[in-house]
Amino acid sequence: MSEPLLSVRDLRTTFPTPAGPARAVDGVSFDIAPRETVGLVGESGCGKSVTSLSILRLIQPPGRIETGSRIAFEGQELLSLDERRMRAIRGARIAMIFQEPMAALNPVFTVGDQIAEVARVHTDASRREAWSRAVEMMRLTGISDPGERARQYPHELSGGMRQRVMIAMALMMNPPLLIADEPTTALDVTIQAQILELLRELQQRVGMSILLITHDLGVIAETASRVLVMYAGEIVEEAAVRRLFDAPHHPYTEGLLAAVPRLGEARERLAVIPGTVPPATDWPTGCRFRDRCPYAWDRCAAEHPPLYRIGEGQWSRCHLAEEPERREPQSGSRGAGVLGSGSGDPATLSN
Amino acid sequence: MAVWLSAGLLIAAACVAVARWNAAPVPHPGPWRIALARFRAHGPAMASVYLLIALLVLTTLAPWLVSYGPTDTLIAPSEQPPTLAHPFGTDFAGRDVLSRVLYGGLVSLPVALLSVLLSATIGTAYGATSGLASERVDGVMMRLIDAILAIPRLFLLIAVLAIWGSPSVPTLILLLGTTGWFGVSRLVRAEVRALRGEEWMVAADALGASRRRMLWRHALPNVLSPVIVAATLGVGHIVLLEAALGYLGLGVQPPTPSWGNIIQDGAQSVFAVWWMFVFPGLAIVLTAISFNVAGDALRDALDPRQVGRR
Repeated sequence: MSEPLLSVRDLRTTFPTPAGPARAVDGVSFDIAPRETVGLVGESGCGKSVTSLSILRLIQPPGRIETGSRIAFEGQELLSLDERRMRAIRGARIAMIFQEPMAALNPVFTVGDQIAEVARVHTDASRREAWSRAVEMMRLTGISDPGERARQYPHELSGGMRQRVMIAMALMMNPPLLIADEPTTALDVTIQAQILELLRELQQRVGMSILLITHDLGVIAETASRVLVMYAGEIVEEAAVRRLFDAPHHPYTEGLLAAVPRLGEARERLAVIPGTVPPATDWPTGCRFRDRCPYAWDRCAAEHPPLYRIGEGQWSRCHLAEEPERREPQSGSRGAGVLGSGSGDPATLSN
Repeated sequence: MAVWLSAGLLIAAACVAVARWNAAPVPHPGPWRIALARFRAHGPAMASVYLLIALLVLTTLAPWLVSYGPTDTLIAPSEQPPTLAHPFGTDFAGRDVLSRVLYGGLVSLPVALLSVLLSATIGTAYGATSGLASERVDGVMMRLIDAILAIPRLFLLIAVLAIWGSPSVPTLILLLGTTGWFGVSRLVRAEVRALRGEEWMVAADALGASRRRMLWRHALPNVLSPVIVAATLGVGHIVLLEAALGYLGLGVQPPTPSWGNIIQDGAQSVFAVWWMFVFPGLAIVLTAISFNVAGDALRDALDPRQVGRR
């Protein structure tokens, strides 16, 4: 792999709460290479969005990024930049698109104004230049009749159109890194596919890296080349996308994959992972997934698993790496043994 | 005075333009345009606007409308009831009350408008600063407002004026303006606080907008509508307050007329010289009611929750 574009090391972001500090992101490390698309998956509350906001240093006080965390981008340490230099990076070198395109657009300005605003913030482009670049950008994101659309207000556009506007805003300055936080979650399935296709196409055209945050493995399969699976503030598995789908190692990843319905597979009920993510103020000792894990044994309660190397580019935070024989379900376990068996049985994980 | 003359006519002309302007339907009406259309559909509000325009024009053109100056004494017997020559009667010094009411408006209206402009500006700046500031700074700034708001404004003004002595018109504007912004600042601060949670504010931050730019470009246009409403209602309030001060002898100093001190001139014998309070009183009440009706209609017109309703 060439020199990474973004290199996150031991990122810890905490929020003080009455119940003690919530360690929303707790020691996350990963790299993103130039032109690479990395997927970051996990269920709600596992720290995906906090990770992305931390990279842009947009964590609102009293939340804070702990000392010792490092975020290197294009050879600069972002966490030691002053606010002015950080602002020059936001929107120009690292851009972000959000889940709710309606909520992320200012209701009192036309969309053209808002896209042009990015150029006005980062360059000394005149009003007119910025506007014509905005219209050009809208054309590039597949908005028909952009000159006319640019004069419309957010409430006049459909959800898919608004997301295209957000993408136009994000790509205005040709950023080397785009963080897309659940970019398609709020959209219809057909629009979802269009937006993903658009992102892929634009990525090839401008040659940027994408950090794609989602809880939808289908989106990851279509878009990313490498996947980071997050659970309870930590990365629990990292692998190339094919590898992850063919041979998931961590039981949490297994569970996520089993929960995706597939065509041609008769099921009475969808598989679910029992339980929920524990609160961030109170991560369990040992393995944080053990209460929901079908294979958990005494070692999991005693010892916090490190990221074990499983194979080429694959890492997993699970003691099964050292004791693979335990993957066979224990008798009287929660019945998750049918996971990945492909037997066509109802693969229900709930008790 | 000359400045006010031209300003008054300009304001009146602008009001007429907005009220009469035939809104050609545009393909993509912005929020302001939609609000304007809704306001114009509000009958009582438009009536108020026309009434205020009439008042503005009449007072501004006072020098050409009446043949007696407001301070010309003994032009007729003193305390004469309304006659054809003096439709509003005369006061104790034999001055023409019509002339005094019109010239009084020339003082009372600009005092009200300018002091509200001043307090809306200060209030918005203070409130927005507080709203964007850190938790602690915001707390201090707001507790300060709470403390000042505990003193009734009229008492505050009476206390200040007692020390200051007889104020000139600019001083009065300054005093009314600097004591009237506390409510507005709270309003703006609450709005800005609420906006901070909006995702598009985070998005603006993520695009690299500076603090100042976030405030001016992104937050302020969104808090403008409550400020406009508060200011409009505030003008009605100030007209009353200025009249009250004038009545107490603390406002505009005689012989310069203001609506408040004309009533004061007749206060000794209210029932004998009814024209001394009926006419300036009518001017005060009409102005205050008009601003209140217009303010209420503005509130409805600018409320985004009213979209599609009317």
